[in-house]
Amino acid sequence: MSGQENSPIQKLLSSEVKVVNVGLEGFVKDLQDCNVQVVHVEWSPPAGGDPEMAALLAKLGV
Amino acid sequence: MKLIEDANKEALSRILEAEPMLLDVVPAHEAIKGLKERMILHAGPPIKWDKMCGPMRGAVAGAIVFEGWAKDLATAEKMAAGGEIEFHPNHHFNAVGPMTGMTTVSMPVFVVENKRFKNRAYCAMNEGLGKVMRFGGNDESVLNRLRWLRDVFGPEMAKALKHTGPLELKSIVARGLAMGDELHQRNVACSSVFLREIVAAVANVSTDKKVTADVLDFIARNDQFFLNIAMPMAKTMTDPAKGIRGSTVVTAMCRNGTEFGIRVSGTGDQWFTAPVEMPEGLYFPGYSEKDANPDMGDSAIVETVGLGGFAMAASPAVAGFVGAGSPSSAANFTRAMGEITVGQNSEWTIAAMDFAGVPTGIDVRLVVETGMAPTINTGIAHREPGVGQVGAGVVKAPMACFTQAVRAIAKDLGVS
Repeated sequence: MSGQENSPIQKLLSSEVKVVNVGLEGFVKDLQDCNVQVVHVEWSPPAGGDPEMAALLAKLGV
Repeated sequence: MKLIEDANKEALSRILEAEPMLLDVVPAHEAIKGLKERMILHAGPPIKWDKMCGPMRGAVAGAIVFEGWAKDLATAEKMAAGGEIEFHPNHHFNAVGPMTGMTTVSMPVFVVENKRFKNRAYCAMNEGLGKVMRFGGNDESVLNRLRWLRDVFGPEMAKALKHTGPLELKSIVARGLAMGDELHQRNVACSSVFLREIVAAVANVSTDKKVTADVLDFIARNDQFFLNIAMPMAKTMTDPAKGIRGSTVVTAMCRNGTEFGIRVSGTGDQWFTAPVEMPEGLYFPGYSEKDANPDMGDSAIVETVGLGGFAMAASPAVAGFVGAGSPSSAANFTRAMGEITVGQNSEWTIAAMDFAGVPTGIDVRLVVETGMAPTINTGIAHREPGVGQVGAGVVKAPMACFTQAVRAIAKDLGVS
């Protein structure tokens, strides 16, 4: 147990947590409701997750 | 891909080099080649009567009575349904029109010329707020206002513009952006600047004191007056960018209340269409989203040159009016549009963004890759004909238009 208490994750969670949320915005409100500092980064998979379109765009230089 | 990057550079350069000038006001049939009796030009991509939404049908019936092709609205609807009226998009005739976008032979139109490329575009007068034809209004008050615009206001404007000479429009827009306009849902600053430019000329050319007062009062009381000048201005800026092989830059966005359509430089005059979306916004007292008509109008041409929703940061007041949130949210809209455009317009800057230029030249590849559709600020019409505007909001261009365009460009370039 003592090893886990000193693990990096334990250290992180025992100090003040600052969160960068990437993608789904729904998590932001939950964290804000718990008074956790959070910065949201809008992100979604390229071409909405359509691999065929993403490949086509790559060929077109995106 | 170098061919695309070079083509887009050329498209952006042509848009930015534009020198749009307001030249004149003339009856539409004098300016628009091919426009004839029993022909109606409408907003958006091509559409037939049976697919038209309520406000579009209301405006069509009103326009038919206004032109004297039918004695009443009921007869007018029968004519339209019976194939006695030709319908064409404004864009097919170098014209644009907000909301329903009615353009018929005797309506006076602004004539805007891009001095750099010698192309012209046309747009009818803005009728003001309330019950108006662009929102589907068609009662006697609407038609009487149109008659006054045709018989009094249009000719007076024509005389005044001959007196002033051509008016340079880019500088008016630059001043308007600095004064809080985004040129789609807020035009009060540009309308006021335009009034300052034209007021002495109207007073000089008019021979009737009451007419002078009525003409100036009409402009002064219409916060959206300049929209119908900004729209043909924008069209004269994007049209020279049409037809550059490989270019993925959007040259037109418009809606007819049923379908949204875009044109892309590399594919010329081809339309890419998809069903229009519903605007999200704020409603006037007594109305709600149940009353709203889907997205409509050629006015998204202003977003195509970096104004409207793309210039939201210049106009925090609009963010509140269209329900887009706080002034800081307004800046986020402009930043987001910067992700899907190929450049900025250094002549149209936004003070609140450290004088960054408005994001210009929508790249269909970037729209599809990021999943961020162009943001358009818009008025919301009542779904029933004849009622008018019920709110204002923000709407997204449908992603399907952009995916179709990407595939068409890829096909043309032999990429699969």
